[in-house]
Amino acid sequence: MKRFGNKWISLALLWIGGVAVWQLAAYLYGPEIVPGPAATLKGAAELLADGSLPKYIGISFYRVLTGWALGSLIGIPIGLVIGKVNAVRAFAEPFLNFIRFIPPIAFITLFLVWFGIGEQSKIALITYATLFIVVMNTLTGVLSVEEDKIRSARSMGASEWQIVLHVIVPATMPYMFTGIRLAMGTSYMAIIGAEMIAANEGVGFLIWNSRLYFRTDWIFVGLISLGLMGFVTDRLVGWIGRKALYRYGVVGTAPARR
Amino acid sequence: MSLATSENSITIERLNKSYPGPSGADVHYIIKDVDLVVKSGEFFVLLGPSGCGKSTLLNIIAGFVSKSGGRLRIGESEVSKPGKDRAVVFQQADSSLFPWLTVRQNVEFGLKMKKMPKPQRKEISDRYIGLVGLSGHENKFPRELSGGMKQRVQLARVLANDPVILLMDEPFGALDAMTRRTMQKELSRIWRETNKTVIFVTHDIQEALLLGQRIGIMSAGPSSNITNIYDVPLPYPRDAAAPEFYELYRTIQAHFDE
Repeated sequence: MKRFGNKWISLALLWIGGVAVWQLAAYLYGPEIVPGPAATLKGAAELLADGSLPKYIGISFYRVLTGWALGSLIGIPIGLVIGKVNAVRAFAEPFLNFIRFIPPIAFITLFLVWFGIGEQSKIALITYATLFIVVMNTLTGVLSVEEDKIRSARSMGASEWQIVLHVIVPATMPYMFTGIRLAMGTSYMAIIGAEMIAANEGVGFLIWNSRLYFRTDWIFVGLISLGLMGFVTDRLVGWIGRKALYRYGVVGTAPARR
Repeated sequence: MSLATSENSITIERLNKSYPGPSGADVHYIIKDVDLVVKSGEFFVLLGPSGCGKSTLLNIIAGFVSKSGGRLRIGESEVSKPGKDRAVVFQQADSSLFPWLTVRQNVEFGLKMKKMPKPQRKEISDRYIGLVGLSGHENKFPRELSGGMKQRVQLARVLANDPVILLMDEPFGALDAMTRRTMQKELSRIWRETNKTVIFVTHDIQEALLLGQRIGIMSAGPSSNITNIYDVPLPYPRDAAAPEFYELYRTIQAHFDE
């Protein structure tokens, strides 16, 4: 009980300290360079009042979640096939190792040309950003399934298809989950880039557009919104994983960012 | 009668496992020209130093590893692939059990693969979980069990599929001395109750003498072979303190000291 109390007290002190440093920086450099906590709150109130902040957060959420879900759904079966079929892996692995070094944002212009200026190009970009991380992690998972598990299933009469369904998929579950969770972080990075370059809405657009009015306080609002959005989704995904996938050995700790 | 009993026998003739040497011309043998007949219902122990090819021989019999030459028959039929007639108990329970399944689900795995209806599955799993002394632990996950209990799960899991042959690869090698002793007694009892043909691999002379009706000594590799076969004409359950036991122990020990 005492330790619990200490933890919350030190956490509160840390936050108060952080805000104090922020306030000090604002005081030293002036509100144009570093808008302080009060100025940022005021900026947030403006953006909330005209409804643009909720709208932007909503649209960014929508893009990220749609693209991320799509990328995960496509990535898992692809990863399973590449991991399971040696012939496919021999062909796909060099390609994967080539393409995974190209950051998603580098594709933005091409995606605009291919999928148009609308939502499709942004969702395609997130799908792409998610896809390769999920494929790589699923593939790694399939390759690290212990041979003994496959052998014992085989000697108990399981067919190749049953081995995939009842041994490889469940054994790979923690890897898939790690991939999906890592991809969430990359998706946020990709969507902000895309919204800065080619969008009229979204948190990325807000951050980029604020430069026209020299509203650094709005930029701060955008940055904080992003942090909160990422934090909330990551915790939610982690919590769901821990609850639903416990038996597969999924633990709730946050994976390292790529 | 003689036909029925020969069904579960294992006949090995001039069995080889080799791989090409670095120069390509010379051939390296792991095991060379192994001849062995294990009778139906017999408990046969393969005893030899680490790295002598015991496990290779066992894996060939299991069908996990392909032979390079010679013949292998179960009953009258030639085999080269894993089959439900031969069940394998692995040394590492952690790598062969399915951690996402409960004890009962692990034991019912093979039955589920052949789509046996649930009530029937439960009846069989109840019987074998009881036989290995795990009643009351049906709904636990492998991670909640001790090393000895996990090996009991492995044993129940393979017995549930009613194989005629049990292939055991140092299954008690990773257990502490006391648990190992209990497991040896249990296995001996289960073998006498179920009348399976067993090939048991170990490098422990005492374990070999406690369990086996016959003990085949494998020479150190490469090109290893079964050099001697000892009959163990002692009644079960065996008494490690009996003078006859000690006599045999010394004979086999002398064999390795040479």
